[in-house]
Amino acid sequence: MLNAHTPTAALDGDRMIINLGPSHPITHGTLRIILELEGEFIQRATPEIGYLHRGVEKLGENLSYQQFIPLTDRLNYCSSMQNNVGYVEAVEKLLALKIPRRAQLLRVIVSELARIGDHLVCIGINAVDIGAFTAFLYLFKQRETIYDLFEMSSGQRLHTSFTRIGGLMRDVPPEFVPLCGRFLGECEAAVDEMEALLTRNPIWHDRTRGVGAMSVEEAVNWGYTGPCLRASGLAQDLRKAQPYLGYDEFDFDIPVGTTGDVFDRYLVRAEEMRQSLRIIRQALDRLEPGPVIVDDYKVALPPKEKVYTRMESLIHHFKLVMHGIEMPVGEVYSATEAANGELGFYIVSDGGKSPYRIRVRPPCLPIFSSFDLKVKGRLIADAVAELGAMNIIAGELDR
Amino acid sequence: MILDRIDAQFPGLLQDRHGFRGDATAVVPRGRFLELVDFLFQEGFQFLVDLTAVDWKDREPRFDVVYHWCNLASQERLRVKVPVGEGQALPSLVSRFKTADWYEREVWDMFGIPFEGHPELRRLLMWEDYPGHPLRKDYPLDGGDPFCTQDTGTSYAGGARSLQD
Repeated sequence: MLNAHTPTAALDGDRMIINLGPSHPITHGTLRIILELEGEFIQRATPEIGYLHRGVEKLGENLSYQQFIPLTDRLNYCSSMQNNVGYVEAVEKLLALKIPRRAQLLRVIVSELARIGDHLVCIGINAVDIGAFTAFLYLFKQRETIYDLFEMSSGQRLHTSFTRIGGLMRDVPPEFVPLCGRFLGECEAAVDEMEALLTRNPIWHDRTRGVGAMSVEEAVNWGYTGPCLRASGLAQDLRKAQPYLGYDEFDFDIPVGTTGDVFDRYLVRAEEMRQSLRIIRQALDRLEPGPVIVDDYKVALPPKEKVYTRMESLIHHFKLVMHGIEMPVGEVYSATEAANGELGFYIVSDGGKSPYRIRVRPPCLPIFSSFDLKVKGRLIADAVAELGAMNIIAGELDR
Repeated sequence: MILDRIDAQFPGLLQDRHGFRGDATAVVPRGRFLELVDFLFQEGFQFLVDLTAVDWKDREPRFDVVYHWCNLASQERLRVKVPVGEGQALPSLVSRFKTADWYEREVWDMFGIPFEGHPELRRLLMWEDYPGHPLRKDYPLDGGDPFCTQDTGTSYAGGARSLQD
């Protein structure tokens, strides 16, 4: 769509315009980058976003608190479990609700599985974009197991909607723990294999080192969070800095880089996968039988067998579905450490059935806004590497 | 507490302050907002986490622009709300926080609140000739078929599709 801001207006005649996207193999979603080139070199990159805008925040103002959960799946669809967890954490903060121990540990396990899945996709796809196809295949075998585990627990592979306000949709089946335990070993070996293929590979070095480097001060100023910020050298991780879900009980390290370039972000993500495996192993050890949702029928639905046999439970079910949860009036901002960075939910409640305002703070929006700065004066091939390492997920970017 | 330090530095600046579920909130008037931003920056609140707005349709002034800051050294967080009326502009923070660039464009796009001094204030998510600002409370959930409204002026379902009814 041509308008006054299309860069053709500012052309000096020599520059060539290339559109990356809206539909291009490297965009992994629908977004458009208008590149102004002089020869092979990028003089300016203008990102145009909004192609996947569904109006999630507007919809949220018209849906009940429970009904919003499926919309969170579609934010970062590579790690939907973490969005589920992030959203219900915000609502539980508003309600000042404490969830059962087993639910907390299972949330940690699925969040970390989702983080590994997200990092696998990010590194795998980034390598494919640059031309290394093999690593991608090794990694996607592991992602398949993660999706099997998600299917086992929630019934869905991608759009999990596994969490409920006050706990989880249901307990995991007995096969979950042994498969998850086996996955820990296999995934560790796959990460080693991936590192053997990439970390000391000279072509990988040529393509990634020095591309998109950024200082810590700049990264903070641009609103960076997550692996992209940590690759610049700041150990900011909400799991340590502002622990939620009992992350302070777990023993794990935060990897940091030094330059913030594509290579450092790759190393940070690779190490984070190992640390996530460590967390899952500890969480599996601590897992004990127990309820997975609060025993408060003003917040969570009573079990179906009670609804069918008991009067009070039927009334609770009816009240909860028709009138929703009784919410306090107030506003909260709750942030969790998602795979891409700080995923925040800002909820304003007027006490009604639906949030008065719900805002999603997507981690990759501020990161992507610095794209022009990162690729200016570099080759198109570097833009490809940079875009993959930023891990832009259009569903989350456009909401 | 940062709220106490603000009170000590600028007595009477805060229109309102409150804490809820551990979130500290400060409400400042539009005219003195930049003074507060300067002070917060010196105090270490250098990470602008989020910037958004809330539409209180029947209130005067109509909007709250909501900023979330984080102090990365102490991990302290602060929410600052600035009430603005219809058509009133807020000073842009792009010169100090680069991350404000897209956030302010999004608030302009979704709420129609202008930011003075923004280098290129145009829509972020919707396209340039899109009618209206979708996150305003008086904007219908069913905006009709946006590609047809300009020609026909009607919604494809006669406005019947609303989740609220």
